[in-house]
Amino acid sequence: MLRILSLASGYAKLRVLKSVSLHVNPGEIVAVIGANGAGKTTLLRTIAGLVRPWSGDIVFSGASLPGIPAHVVASRGCVLVPEGRQVFAPMTVEENLFLGAYTRFRKRAGASVKSELRRIFELFPVLEQRMGQFAGTLSGGEQQMLAIGRALMAKPSFIMLDEPSMGLAPLVVKEILATISALRVSGCTILVVEQNSRAVLGIADRGYVMETGSIVLEGTAQELLNNTDVQRAYLGKEYQRINE
Amino acid sequence: MAIDNRRFETMSRDELSQLQIERLQTTLNRVYRNVAFYKHALDANKIVIETVRSLRDMARLPFTTKNDLRTSYPYDMFALPLRDIVRIHASSGTTGKPIVVGYSKNDISHWSDLVARQLLWAGVTEHDVVQIAFSYSLFTGGLGFHFGAEKLGASVIPASTHGNVRDQVTIMKDFKTTALICAPSTALGLARTMTSMDIHPQDMHLRLGIFGSEPWSRTVRDEIEGTFRITAYDSYGMSEIMGPGVSGECEKRNGLHVNEDHFIVEVINPATLGPVSPGEEGELVFTTITKEAFPLVRYRTGDRAHLLPGVCECGRTFTRMSKVEGRTDDLIAVQGVKFFPSQVFETVLRVQGIAPLCRIVLDVKDNADTLEVGVAVAAGSEYIDEMKTIENLRRSVAQSIEAELGVTATVTFMEEGTLRAEARGKKQPLVIDRRKL
Repeated sequence: MLRILSLASGYAKLRVLKSVSLHVNPGEIVAVIGANGAGKTTLLRTIAGLVRPWSGDIVFSGASLPGIPAHVVASRGCVLVPEGRQVFAPMTVEENLFLGAYTRFRKRAGASVKSELRRIFELFPVLEQRMGQFAGTLSGGEQQMLAIGRALMAKPSFIMLDEPSMGLAPLVVKEILATISALRVSGCTILVVEQNSRAVLGIADRGYVMETGSIVLEGTAQELLNNTDVQRAYLGKEYQRINE
Repeated sequence: MAIDNRRFETMSRDELSQLQIERLQTTLNRVYRNVAFYKHALDANKIVIETVRSLRDMARLPFTTKNDLRTSYPYDMFALPLRDIVRIHASSGTTGKPIVVGYSKNDISHWSDLVARQLLWAGVTEHDVVQIAFSYSLFTGGLGFHFGAEKLGASVIPASTHGNVRDQVTIMKDFKTTALICAPSTALGLARTMTSMDIHPQDMHLRLGIFGSEPWSRTVRDEIEGTFRITAYDSYGMSEIMGPGVSGECEKRNGLHVNEDHFIVEVINPATLGPVSPGEEGELVFTTITKEAFPLVRYRTGDRAHLLPGVCECGRTFTRMSKVEGRTDDLIAVQGVKFFPSQVFETVLRVQGIAPLCRIVLDVKDNADTLEVGVAVAAGSEYIDEMKTIENLRRSVAQSIEAELGVTATVTFMEEGTLRAEARGKKQPLVIDRRKL
């Protein structure tokens, strides 16, 4: 589905990604975990076409992505749910969702957009209740659902989620993660970037650990949970042990 | 025949190379951060690891040698602190200082998976009774195969190597062993003992054997297979890399599949250190790409072999290596013991009344390796005519070799002049290997 080979990128003179290689097989949930500033968000933004890669290759569904503008990447089925939701606060929930189908509107695909909207309301019934409400008035969890819903309006085959649990209450995090698992069942392939490592490794098949722009560990979710470095650095296990 | 992990074993070469580069890059990132030796080696060669962008770039990476590992004794090459290590093994110390290796939880789990995979290649299943006659010790053979066989679900008999050979044969017969795992020389010993105990192979339940840890010839394979009436499979591994499970034969028995999702294998010319042309014989070099505790980058094994072209009929896409065809150094393997000729020489030198010359002859007699050491009485020694003195000398040389190297040698006396003439212009001691591999 997605294959990244030795990708380097950054902003102006600042190199963020050093030489990152990873792959996501169709139907997988792959997690990228790491501390603040490791380059996780830059990785997703580079795949989405928002940041230009310096070197290396990104192959999505057999086609090389570097150089392709972000809206084309999205229309090919590779969408990003950005960090911090980024919903359009002064617009209604419905308008936000329609914007997600922006790339398809031009093809006069009205009916299919409507059916997509119904599917999303089935997935997130709360969005239907709030349909006419301004997005800015939603709770954090609802906004996250809206952001995922908006991404689904593009009928993607591949969704990238940037810190979907950020700023959410533990119970809401659980709900969002359950939704992500449900997306996979509906046929989506998922790449999710998280700081909440324990939670995301609970739903992921495989994972990569990023540290200052490089991947230092990869393996199945279980292998990463077994790794004592991961336990100490990202799962806070040592902290617990001291308390006990 | 069953394929244990179809996703990995039959993945396309394209997918495999993506997996290998990902794992190689993570390994390099970790060794650079955690192992002083590699940080130094990479910095000294001015290699920035981010510039290793494809598998082709591997050729620029420095080698790791047995000597590097020896100087790291005991823990300097570990990439994890000891609290994260759950198992420690060591290579036998016969060829110098032992090499100490460590395993994390994930390492042990991968190791067991790979051994289980290899057992399955040879047709072992959960219905088999597996007798492991490797030493359960610091040596990786015993415990390595044990965990793999258990993971597979077979009934494992940890027979180990202690106790006498007859007991081992009795266990094989009474416990209805179906699969034997040991060194080929051990298997030969067991086969002969079985014959001498008048046990007919029909009274046994043995159907296959997996043998490794020392080079063995086709004749040895034929004798083991003939006496036990089994199919024998070859297995390759070494404790530095992981232990057993690095590569092994599948049911086609046409080369040993290297577990390429965990190791990258290269064949180099030991003189130029450059790659050999495809299919040419050279020194095997391994890079571990999933090991956490004891990762190795481009480890020179000293074993000579070549890679086989084409894809195996079994459907697995992992590359195949030939049987190990010998050593790049002068390491000798006799009766399952490994040593350098220089060690024999040093032992001979220490015996009073023996000239500082010796000749080592390796041969096969009744399909067992023999070691003959030719020595000469030092000029000026008294009473050399006396048979008794000669006998005593012979005994003391043989005993010192046995004590020092743990191998039985036949000592023969030669004329000092003959020995000197033979050795002229050649490396001391002279080694004549009459065995055909």
